[in-house]
Amino acid sequence: MSAPPKISVRNVAKTYGDMTVLERLNLDVEEGAFCTIVGASGCGKSTFLRMLLSQETPSRGRIEIDGAPLPGEPTPDRGIVFQKYSVFPHLTVEDNLILALEFERSRPFGRSFGPSRKAARAEIDDTLEKIGLGSARLKYPVQLSGGMQQRLAIAQALLKRPKVLLLDEPFGALDPGIRADMHDLLLGLWRELEMTVFMVTHDIREAFKLGTRILVFDKIRHDPHAPDAYGATITYDLPLTRKDAGPPPELAGLAMNADTSTGANA
Amino acid sequence: MRIINRKPSRVTSITLTALPFVATIGVYALASHYRRLENPADKLLPSFQHMGETFWRMAFVPDKRSGDLLLWLDTYDSLWRLGMGVGAATILTLSLGILIGFIPHARSTLAPYIATFSLIPPITILPILFIIFGLGETSKIMLIVVGTAPVMIRSVSQEVMNIPRELIIKAETLGASVLQMIFRVVLPQTLPKLVNVMRLGLVPAWIFLISAEAIASTSGLGYRIFLVRRYLAMDVILPYVVWITLLAFIIDRLLLLLSKRAFPWHHLGGETL
Repeated sequence: MSAPPKISVRNVAKTYGDMTVLERLNLDVEEGAFCTIVGASGCGKSTFLRMLLSQETPSRGRIEIDGAPLPGEPTPDRGIVFQKYSVFPHLTVEDNLILALEFERSRPFGRSFGPSRKAARAEIDDTLEKIGLGSARLKYPVQLSGGMQQRLAIAQALLKRPKVLLLDEPFGALDPGIRADMHDLLLGLWRELEMTVFMVTHDIREAFKLGTRILVFDKIRHDPHAPDAYGATITYDLPLTRKDAGPPPELAGLAMNADTSTGANA
Repeated sequence: MRIINRKPSRVTSITLTALPFVATIGVYALASHYRRLENPADKLLPSFQHMGETFWRMAFVPDKRSGDLLLWLDTYDSLWRLGMGVGAATILTLSLGILIGFIPHARSTLAPYIATFSLIPPITILPILFIIFGLGETSKIMLIVVGTAPVMIRSVSQEVMNIPRELIIKAETLGASVLQMIFRVVLPQTLPKLVNVMRLGLVPAWIFLISAEAIASTSGLGYRIFLVRRYLAMDVILPYVVWITLLAFIIDRLLLLLSKRAFPWHHLGGETL
């Protein structure tokens, strides 16, 4: 028998009261995949990601990781980068990065002092250089550009070496040029750390550029008298082989859609 | 240009700031002048010189009966009570605020209770405090705590709940325990808000301090004002009111300075009033 899929989603639905956001989700994702998730605003992409993070629980169905049920709360085996509020505003760049080490080593309060703090700061030197924040190590996040903040957020999310990395529109607020740099950084880290990545994005070109597999979320069932009765599900699940391939013709319309709705968060 | 886009220059800004103060003093000086033309012994609007002399006497001439320098004695006693009251209220606020804002079970237990408690007019509790704690210092301090803590706890709980959920989740994915999240994420994010809540809480704290001193005390700024009221001694009352205002202003500015020094990240974003 082959190994169980890294993430397995079985008949998952999410409802809020009478409103169905997601329904009939079925998915097996093998280890090391880079899944990009696209779809119109409000179709539950972020909700799906939050369920993978255990920030929310499915109303029906189940999600498994390595063949075992997903833990009931966020744990270090799944890293997360949000579009906003991803780094700690009250900590400098270097303190944001040593925080995970401090949580691990300094019980019960998670604060290290003196030599151990110094040692932790030395340990993250390489990381700082790699993400190009070596000269900004004493700055607070609010003093950084959007791109620098997200680089810090990604580095921070990877400190615990998660096997699954979740990204919720991480580059949505960045300039196109900066985005390209971030793509290179992210792809490099993905190959190096052999993670399974789920990334929600509004930018369909980004989805095709980065992903090894693209998941398109959309509503296929409509009841005109009860618009909330049916939720979105995965309408396309395409493996991507050529990295530079553009969107296939049947998704060209969606690309336009996604471009106009950039910025809104589902 | 529309007025919302017009910014005063530095000189204009300082002039505008001074304007209402100077106007108040001017109006007072005029009114006092004309009243004293009619009756040189007028007690209601004493001259600045007269008030200055009285203030000097309160500050630097020992009291004939007790030998104390009354202004400093009153100031010390009042500030001590205020400090103890606000200090206790702040400790309560921080611990309960974080519990209520961060732990859902604590929220269910305490939030409605404290919301109810905060609706009791604190001054109605004063007789109860006098009966329980006697007429000493404890009941005055307790009045300040009872009067300020519930509202402060409500604001700080809300501030804790307003911490972006993303930050808490991020801490969880970095392997933090609950205690670690409280000390490394929630507490640092809450402290600058707490200082702000303290600055707002000081306003009612002064009210309850002066009230308690007016009703049952033998020293303190509030006691003195209400004592000399019987003799229509506006020459004492007015400088005392200015003095109390000055003290309140200095405490407020010190707290703001503390916040800027201790939490620079919180003030990088914009102007703080």
